[in-house]
Amino acid sequence: MKTIKEINEKIRKGEVVVVTAEEIIELVAKKGAKKAAQEVDVVTTGTFGPMCSSGAYFNIGHSKPRIKLGGGACRLNDVPVYTGFAAVDIYLGATAIPDDDPRNKVFPGEFKYGGAHVINEIVSGADVRLEGHAYGTDCYPRRKLETYINIKDLNEAVLFNIRNCYQNYNVAVNLSDKPIYTYMGMLKPNLGNANYCSAGQLSPLLKDPYYKTIGIGTRIFLGGGIGYVSWQGTQHNPSVKRKENGIPQAPAGTLAVIGDLKQMQQKWLVGVSMLGYGVSLNVGIGVPIPILDEEVVKAAAVADKEIYAQVVDYSRDYPQMIPGSIAEVNYSQLKSGKIIVQGKEVPTGNLSSYSKAREIAEELKKWIKKGDFLLSEPVAALPGVESGYGLKPLKERPIEQSPQEAR
Amino acid sequence: MISKKIVLHFPQRLVDEPIVYKLVKDFDLKFNILKASVTPEEEGLMVLELTGKAENYDSGIEYLNSCGVKIQSLSHDVTRNDVKCTDCGVCIPICPVAALEVDSKTRKVAFHNKKCIACELCVKICPTRAMQVHF
Repeated sequence: MKTIKEINEKIRKGEVVVVTAEEIIELVAKKGAKKAAQEVDVVTTGTFGPMCSSGAYFNIGHSKPRIKLGGGACRLNDVPVYTGFAAVDIYLGATAIPDDDPRNKVFPGEFKYGGAHVINEIVSGADVRLEGHAYGTDCYPRRKLETYINIKDLNEAVLFNIRNCYQNYNVAVNLSDKPIYTYMGMLKPNLGNANYCSAGQLSPLLKDPYYKTIGIGTRIFLGGGIGYVSWQGTQHNPSVKRKENGIPQAPAGTLAVIGDLKQMQQKWLVGVSMLGYGVSLNVGIGVPIPILDEEVVKAAAVADKEIYAQVVDYSRDYPQMIPGSIAEVNYSQLKSGKIIVQGKEVPTGNLSSYSKAREIAEELKKWIKKGDFLLSEPVAALPGVESGYGLKPLKERPIEQSPQEAR
Repeated sequence: MISKKIVLHFPQRLVDEPIVYKLVKDFDLKFNILKASVTPEEEGLMVLELTGKAENYDSGIEYLNSCGVKIQSLSHDVTRNDVKCTDCGVCIPICPVAALEVDSKTRKVAFHNKKCIACELCVKICPTRAMQVHF
């Protein structure tokens, strides 16, 4: 048994033993969980994939004369941002696109530029064009603002992602006879390909399946800088079916994360364009797992072949909210390049970069070993399996119009 | 026997000429058309895989040159921007000729441009648009 306090003491003294979530697999296989739990202090994880529910907020500073963007409109490089705050606070969502983007009018749309790409440019230190319109008040008389902004001049630039880091995900296939364009990539007809999106044995929440160490307040690698788990992510769903090893067999837990964008790196926040679907942001996240006991190390040592995901049809079942899975496969099979679905050999592709996930786990390991990164004690736990917390579909209640309203 | 993938640019005056027919008839070369189009400037573009005896191949290329056809190796035309590529691998099942391949150890994606037939399927499905075509 170890405490986070003791581990931090070791980090300060330069005596900490850190291995990645890949390295721990071999180590536990060789030495056993008991010995590994004694020897290893921290296991680092990593993931780098498209995470749509991401964005950043900015305080741009007050202009002279003042302008109240709240209730008005504002764009960054033509991408609309949310202004429903006070005078000069704005939130840029990753999936926002310019008003004049043709979207899916000529199908499949290309979605070459959106909020995620703006975030990438802002992080890179590039100037970004801001255009704002306001209605004008006595205290904020200005009606129009056009200016370049730069991250170094902003009062705050904060990445705040409300759902990242999915604990496991679907494997997407297409059972129809036409190609389809989804957030899981282009899916060729008649089981032409199977796309998955997880770092598997490197993925943070898969290595702490019951959220024993990862909680609200956990300090993490976020976008190449330091961030924190701020809450459970939206759609957090701990109560899905799990294997005996505790690993959920379907998309389960999620994280909401926050961190100072000014410290982050362009390399770890990359705008992506999903053909026929839209824009998203590739986010690099790494979470350290303190090895408090044998149970924690056992979970952290689970390998790809023990992590299962569901193969889901995205031509009908997914869009129509029809529950069910066509097949169950593990990440070792997915990574081999082909899986068998309905008797057919289907080639696989990953949307989440495994080599980049590995790079993040290595980077975080380096930070901890150097003493630059101390572990934090979570201040509250994420809702767990027994919490009753879950994912509900929308209960639609049609709005019946009265004759007066219809007028 | 040799087999090469080449890109031919036909000037406007040659668009009506049966050039590929001559390659077969006079030089005994086998061809496989991978792509053919006429651009708005009425220039012809053709991506060919050309197979035959080495001396016939060379004479065929000489003939094309003498007609004023510009020849490029295909491998120069499809490239990958390695800075943009994140090595995710979503392109791998899309490529019909396995020109994109993930290394089982490093999990990095390799692009074998010699295998590429310039179908361009990977270009638009690449999330970071790292695959680029310059015809």
